[in-house]
Amino acid sequence: MADNKNNSLLEQAADFSRPLLLSPAQDMKGYILSHLGRAFLFLITCTSVLSVLLIFVFIIKESLPFIFQGTWSASINRMWEFFTSVRWYPEAGQPEFGALTLFAGSIYVTFGALLFAVPTSLIAAMFLSDIAPFQVKQICKPIIEVLAAIPSVAYGFFAVLVVAPWMQTHLGLSTGTNALNASIILAIMAIPTIVSVADDAMSSTGRAIREASYALGATRAETLVKVVMPAAHSGIIAAIILGMMRAIGETMVVWMAAGNASQIPTPWWNLGSAVRTMTATIAGEMGETVQGSQHYHSLFMVGLILLAFTFMLNLCSEYFLAQAKKIGKGGKRK
Amino acid sequence: MVTKVLSMPSNERHVIKINRPKMEAKQGNPGLSGSPEVNTIIESRNFWLYYGSKPGVRDITMKVYSSSVTAIIGPSGCGKSTFLRSINRMNDLVPGTHAKGYLGVNGTNVYDPKINLVNLRQQIGMVFQKPNPFSKSIYDNIVYGPKLQGVSKADLDDLVEKCLHSAALWDEVKDDLHKSALALSGGQQQRLCIARALATKPNVLLMDEPCSALDPIATGRIEDLIIQLKKAYTIVIVTHNMQQAARVSDRTAFFCLGELIEYDTTDHMFTNPSNKQTEDYITGRFG
Repeated sequence: MADNKNNSLLEQAADFSRPLLLSPAQDMKGYILSHLGRAFLFLITCTSVLSVLLIFVFIIKESLPFIFQGTWSASINRMWEFFTSVRWYPEAGQPEFGALTLFAGSIYVTFGALLFAVPTSLIAAMFLSDIAPFQVKQICKPIIEVLAAIPSVAYGFFAVLVVAPWMQTHLGLSTGTNALNASIILAIMAIPTIVSVADDAMSSTGRAIREASYALGATRAETLVKVVMPAAHSGIIAAIILGMMRAIGETMVVWMAAGNASQIPTPWWNLGSAVRTMTATIAGEMGETVQGSQHYHSLFMVGLILLAFTFMLNLCSEYFLAQAKKIGKGGKRK
Repeated sequence: MVTKVLSMPSNERHVIKINRPKMEAKQGNPGLSGSPEVNTIIESRNFWLYYGSKPGVRDITMKVYSSSVTAIIGPSGCGKSTFLRSINRMNDLVPGTHAKGYLGVNGTNVYDPKINLVNLRQQIGMVFQKPNPFSKSIYDNIVYGPKLQGVSKADLDDLVEKCLHSAALWDEVKDDLHKSALALSGGQQQRLCIARALATKPNVLLMDEPCSALDPIATGRIEDLIIQLKKAYTIVIVTHNMQQAARVSDRTAFFCLGELIEYDTTDHMFTNPSNKQTEDYITGRFG
């Protein structure tokens, strides 16, 4: 039975009854369809690329009038004030636009967040990549990644209702909403990103170098610190930068938790004082300004600086991730 | 090159010394032909290793003698690598493995729960199938093991040179010691891995198909190296390549389906195998 079927199939396959060349109509149809498809996909891709470019153009266009107005010396004075003065009184009778406190605020909460997030995340990533049994990793990693899916306003609630009162009663701070509070919450928000990317980087260094290390008599700790971490350093740096971007661009949490006082903490290490970040300033004041006013343009200027920051961080992380990919593939490296 | 290998003072090389009463008395070398002064370095008696409930090797009984090359051949999945990796306990990295029976190195059962894994692995070097240098410089690759042992910085330069000489790599890399090891060719990387394994001053070298990722020229150089190294080290090599086993080894063990089928001197094994299965395998009729 099977043999018969086989034989008949073989006979069928022997003759080339179907033409091997396309008919002119088929040829034209294929030509048009493939070009239409290509054009469509290109157009869709262009939309996202264009929107990024347009955002850049829009922000630059709206921010430049803040600086370039009147004489050259007035423009330079205004720029100088913007970057060096700590007095941000945009709605005063004699408005002042000293944005230094806003930069400082962003830097305080971002680095404060890294201070908490980096050690925690790296330890967690080490545990996940090298120590946790497979099943534990399968459960833990998705749970950590869910942290990234919690809306930031929910974190803000937590900051205002739980962390702030706790800080007032237990740390004796005058205000519970301050740089420290915002840093802690931002750290929690940055942890999933850092853990996830750092774990990927460390896992992708592969079994071979771990075996080499163990075979030379290294313990697990020595292997992790002296072989796995150095081999994964590009990925780990990229992870930290991605976490940093998450923290610097976050608005809602810092708006709710950082206290929004435009001041530079004194003494400089005093994380317990309230600060105001660039993002919170834009979010809080944009709704109240007159479109086209000096204040309006100044907020776009702040936005432009923020954009420049995150853009540079993004470039850095792309660079390090590309490095990590090369190493992961075992490629050559100078 | 030969003189360089021999020039390593023999008293510098450590012998397995674990400060614990030996579980088994050291045995002579009955059975196999060989010069009477050779010692048993590795002895396996009714050794089983399980992955979960599935045995990877079954009931292995064999002896490996010092200063010789012992080849383990057999079809894929026959347990050659499993057995090799049991000797320095690398199978521990695979979850769910456990061992039964006796596998002794210099008279100490390596599956003794009180085994000092660091000392065991430093005295039994291992070379893997794929060259696996660390993404560090050539120099740092070699000093990795000695640094863990606490060898002082002053002695490291000397040690690196000696190890690279012994691995026949010195002349090629002596000017590039601080370049990345990953920039070397595959064959050079594998010789670097051998040099790195020698740096912890082992007694035994385990080689798990060390040439399977290399071209014939690089393979030839590694084989020459193995023949030189056996003057000072006991070498156990797993290989898929029967010509390689015939070229470099003194004794050959044939594994099949996790069992040791035949173990004899290489000359005898390849000219006059006593087992039908062995004969079929080495003549290419199966496997």
